[in-house]
Amino acid sequence: MTVVIVCAAYVLASLGSDSRIPANIIPFLIAVIALFMGAHFAVRKLAPGADPILLPTVTLLNGLGYVVIAGLNEKLAAAQATWTAIAILGFVLTLWWVKRPRDLERYRYTFALVGIGLLLLPLVPGLGYDAGSGSKIWVKLGPINFQPGEVAKVALAIFFAAYLADQRELIATSQWKIGPLRLPHPKYLGPVLIAWGITLLVMFYQKDLGSSLLFFGLFLVMIWVATQRTSFLVIGGGLFAAGAVFAWRTLDHVKVRVDIWLDPWKTPSGNGYQIIQGMFAMSFGGLTGTGLGRGGDTRIPAAENDFIFAVIAEELGLVGGSLIIIAYLLVIGSGLRIAADTDQVFDKLLATGFTLLLGLQAFIIVAGVLRLLPLTGVALPFISYGGSSLVMNYVILALLLRISDQTSKRAINRAAAEVAA
Amino acid sequence: MNRNIMKLGVVLVVLYVALFAKLNWIQVVDKNSLDSNPLNTAQVRRDFNRPRGTILTADGTVIAQSVANPDTSSEFKRMRVYPEGELFGQTTGYFSFRYGSSGLERQYNDELSGSTFDQQVKGFGDLFVARENVGNVSISLRKDVQETARSQLGNREGSVVVLDPRTGAILGSWSWPSYDPNTVSSLDKTIAATSWKFLNAAPGVPMRAHFYQDRYFPGSTFKVVTSGVGLQTAKVTNTEPVYPYVNGYTPEGTNKPIMNFGGETCGGTLPEILRVSCNSSFAQMGAETIGAVDMVAGAGSFGFNATVPIDMPEPVKSVFPTNLGNNQAKLAMSSIGQNDVQATPLQMAMVAGAVANGGVIMKPHVLFEVRNVQGDVVSSYAPSKWLTPMSSASAATLFDDMVGVVKGGTATGMAIQGCTVGGKTGTAQLGTDPPKSHTWIMGFAGPPGKPPTVAVAVVVLNQSGGSEATGGRVAAPIAKAVLQTALAAQGGC
Repeated sequence: MTVVIVCAAYVLASLGSDSRIPANIIPFLIAVIALFMGAHFAVRKLAPGADPILLPTVTLLNGLGYVVIAGLNEKLAAAQATWTAIAILGFVLTLWWVKRPRDLERYRYTFALVGIGLLLLPLVPGLGYDAGSGSKIWVKLGPINFQPGEVAKVALAIFFAAYLADQRELIATSQWKIGPLRLPHPKYLGPVLIAWGITLLVMFYQKDLGSSLLFFGLFLVMIWVATQRTSFLVIGGGLFAAGAVFAWRTLDHVKVRVDIWLDPWKTPSGNGYQIIQGMFAMSFGGLTGTGLGRGGDTRIPAAENDFIFAVIAEELGLVGGSLIIIAYLLVIGSGLRIAADTDQVFDKLLATGFTLLLGLQAFIIVAGVLRLLPLTGVALPFISYGGSSLVMNYVILALLLRISDQTSKRAINRAAAEVAA
Repeated sequence: MNRNIMKLGVVLVVLYVALFAKLNWIQVVDKNSLDSNPLNTAQVRRDFNRPRGTILTADGTVIAQSVANPDTSSEFKRMRVYPEGELFGQTTGYFSFRYGSSGLERQYNDELSGSTFDQQVKGFGDLFVARENVGNVSISLRKDVQETARSQLGNREGSVVVLDPRTGAILGSWSWPSYDPNTVSSLDKTIAATSWKFLNAAPGVPMRAHFYQDRYFPGSTFKVVTSGVGLQTAKVTNTEPVYPYVNGYTPEGTNKPIMNFGGETCGGTLPEILRVSCNSSFAQMGAETIGAVDMVAGAGSFGFNATVPIDMPEPVKSVFPTNLGNNQAKLAMSSIGQNDVQATPLQMAMVAGAVANGGVIMKPHVLFEVRNVQGDVVSSYAPSKWLTPMSSASAATLFDDMVGVVKGGTATGMAIQGCTVGGKTGTAQLGTDPPKSHTWIMGFAGPPGKPPTVAVAVVVLNQSGGSEATGGRVAAPIAKAVLQTALAAQGGC
């Protein structure tokens, strides 16, 4: 069903931009069907009990993103198609390789090291570079360029889940009384501080605001869910606020972001240009949009990446923009249901963390584009152009489906056991 | 833990609802103000990459067209070019991704881009055919008339308007300074921005279509309006009243006389005072014979204080004061086109046109027809009446009087062998030290014994000298030359 929608959209987009049916429609059709059918059958075969909503929803987001990118730039579209194929391969491999999520739990410190290492990799002289966005988040290893931060997110989420699954009882029951305040014991505040430190490091040296917000949000929420202690949220929130204010005062690039958020009209052709052009594009789209492929908004910088939501909202209007929002809510809903359904603590935390990664990241960038929050450049999951992000999001999807499959398997086994008894 | 997961879910839903709300705000609530923001080039940018029709003159010259952008790496597949440059700059206007559009590019944007309702419906069958559904716009202006006007006016600041009084079709509209829209419409940001800045700062505002977007003191050409109002209200005829032969007229309530040019003595009946452009007589005609109420209403009936229904963007109104009260001095000055009276060159051409066309002013227009790519006519302009300031009898009287001005008055320089030509000069004084003035001429021409087929108005700004002869000397040859070109295109007299 979603495959049909994506193909129809592709044809419409080509009609819109060149007023002809694309010559490569047949190969495109076959490729799209093959890719997503492949993913679908992999799920049926490898994780038959998995949640049935996630994959189609993601297929829709991915396909729509591709169609919009194709309307903006054909070269990028070809690259994105290749990355989609690789990502779906990664998805199938992950499903095949990770039979039980708990297997991952054992490698928690490996993941922690890999995660932190990858996160800091762009800071290694000679490796890291800035691809022009002002953020030093890229790594060049021979012919391959990638954003290690995308991999690090997944690795760290696994580590957090494993660490908290182990320690949550201890952290939750520890007491540290200062006057009327009941705080967690300082020993267990350590990880919070470490997470905070990493966040600030990312913010200061890589100038990657979006990712730092995402990491810290991820860790805080996971520790809050694990320990059920709101004080972590309060302390963490306070720390983040302090860090944010400090950054705003001292870091030019943060100050610029905040200034254009508060009033982009001061510098309509300078710093405020991107966000203003984005708003023009969205408002031009109106209720029903200009039609796929008719956005023509090569004037929004990073239209295929950070600002792809603005392009979608222009081409498909409020209807299309709302559709994207609803699709993400479906992903969040499914993800959290998977988390709530499983009785394994690690699985529960991991599913929560992954869902949050997707949901929060999508929120951060869309809110930035809509000027609800200061703009921070992160990719819109499954939609934006970009290989590292796409591949890792499919890995997340595979792991979520794996957890979901495990849960339903256990339920069936239990039912079978009851019947046998 | 599930409780917190639930809470997390609720928080995320709230966050996404906020996104939805803000999206609504941008795309629906705030849409109008964002869309109309002058910095917003979304509309024109979309139009820029779409096929766009050609603008052609009545004599078949392409004055605006879209061609493939030679720079294939550019974000724009097409570029807009204006082969005639400044000659039609103020008519076509510019079509810039940065500065929006003006002139006909703006007025007929829908027709050019094929997005009118008619074009959409007719193009519906072409949905799956690679055919450009654009409109080619033909206009009534002629290249030969434009070129005559340009060479005649030279580098003097001013405007020339030629129209067909029977239909309102504008045959030529040249103003100097003009500009080349290729610069502002350039795809090169630097060229576009530099020329935009330069043209906006340049003296004479080259990007404004002066012939209908600027107004000037009409001077004595306005006496034709005063005469028309007098005839139409039956307060003036060719024989009555006979104005006294004096060298100046002193209105009631002041002791400052309105002097005739050079202190000359003049007076008499309408044909006589029009021929020599007698200030004292016309001041008295407005102030005493006609009176304030009829003068204001009469000027209005000729199109003053009204928005001209021309098919070009943002016309300015010609103005005649309405706050006259009992101020006889102001009324007297206004009746000879001084004081607060201001007219666009187009307005004065329409006044001449009214006399030529039996008292009827047709709606001025530049559109001739719109054709699709296959060459079928999509729509064509149907002439219609705008105002009727005079009866055909009054118009006929004034017609004869204006022919008299060319035969033996101040506008003899306009006479064309073998044609019936009528006219009126004007010299709106701007200062006396040194004497400077806007020199005017307006009139009509056509085959003898038939209704005139061409009306004209010429203004040349800031000329030295202030006598009534100035208008005849400076402006008449220009008017004569463009009338001849326009008449030749119609097959002569």
